[in-house]
Amino acid sequence: MSERALSPGLEALRLAATLAIAGLLSGLAIVGTYRLTLPRIQANQAEALRRAVFEVLPGSERMERLVWRDGQLAAADAAGASADSIFAGYGADGALVGYAVPAAGAGFQDTIKLLYGLDPAGARVIGLAILESRETPGLGDKIFKDSDFVAEFRDLATEPEIALVKGHGEAPHEVDAITGATISSAAVVRILNAGNRIWRPRLPAPEQAPAPGAAQAPAIAVPRDVERGGPVPAVPAEGGR
Amino acid sequence: MNGRDAGFRGEIAKGLFAENPVFVKALGLCPALAVTNSAINGLAMGLATTFVLFMSSLLVSALRRLIPSQVRISTYIVVIATFVTVADFSLQALAPAIHREMGAFIALIVVNCLILGRAEAFASRHPVPAALGDALGMGAGFAGALILIGGVREVLGSGALFGFALFGPRFEPWVVMILPPGGFLVVGVLLLLFARRAAARERAAAAEERR
Repeated sequence: MSERALSPGLEALRLAATLAIAGLLSGLAIVGTYRLTLPRIQANQAEALRRAVFEVLPGSERMERLVWRDGQLAAADAAGASADSIFAGYGADGALVGYAVPAAGAGFQDTIKLLYGLDPAGARVIGLAILESRETPGLGDKIFKDSDFVAEFRDLATEPEIALVKGHGEAPHEVDAITGATISSAAVVRILNAGNRIWRPRLPAPEQAPAPGAAQAPAIAVPRDVERGGPVPAVPAEGGR
Repeated sequence: MNGRDAGFRGEIAKGLFAENPVFVKALGLCPALAVTNSAINGLAMGLATTFVLFMSSLLVSALRRLIPSQVRISTYIVVIATFVTVADFSLQALAPAIHREMGAFIALIVVNCLILGRAEAFASRHPVPAALGDALGMGAGFAGALILIGGVREVLGSGALFGFALFGPRFEPWVVMILPPGGFLVVGVLLLLFARRAAARERAAAAEERR
């Protein structure tokens, strides 16, 4: 390198200036990329959530976020991204299909995050989607790859509490554990039961069910194709796995 | 690296085999082991790394006379980290499923010794075209290695390649191959094959000389 002889002070200044300029340009590049990609990233997340809600509530075509506030379920304002919320799913005719409840808990290796559907009375589980898990590939990941296990959650009584059985459970509230992945299966059941304990008492009686858009909530942040500048791929009504 | 200037094409070619970053230089082994449980993940990590390598080689080589040598490493890291962040956001926007699979390993491209190594050993000492050739070659060699490792592990561990099932539902997958130990096994066997090939060449060259 062609280093001219500079006084020590100037030399130090040159080093600091180089790093400062590098940092400045780097910051500009990062902020620019962030702003460019943010809408797309948020749309992806909303889309993933939407798909999951429609998957665990078969037959639903609209959804609305409901938050638990002051002892009752209320339609959320767009800004209220509270953790204490569930999603109501409505069919094409506007009838309430059920509630999609997000829940999480410890799995075999890491937290399992899932979403499950309850019928309007909260009496049955009607669907299950695992949103995030790091269960052992080939064993624990059967909680979402094993179609028999997933099918158990399409019609499962919530009263008495869901129970995991080894072998073959016959009762409507029993789930067969996955061979070789008992801990992961038990974790799913435990997470569902915990979710039920919190949310089932909070659900309104079916005849008082919140109607779609009744509360005139600034429609739940589910941009259909409008704000995305492109058609959204059709979401299958049946959660076909 | 060894003084000879092979030009743009030669720089690309050498990265693929003779100086393959993973199998010959053993650089960047961490992502090569960690994210290669399927061919598609290997491909995505390979492309992301190639992008970062290409862009940082371009900048480092173009600015090599402006960056004072005392702060060169910190400047390289800033450059590399910037492009890694750009790649991270872009992947999150364009391929969220792959981004979720790779998790922290995208951000960890910053400390992939392959990238800083090429910036320091090559890009900072060569003109832009040679540096870009080197980056492309090394990136392709790295991506190829990751796809190879990921492909072998996916075929054995899940009976599929690029997500397409190969053997039908009665196939009993060799699960350990997509778990961390499988990465070590596959990388070990591939390193052995590459080393054997190099040794055979050397013997052939020596025999040639004796004649």
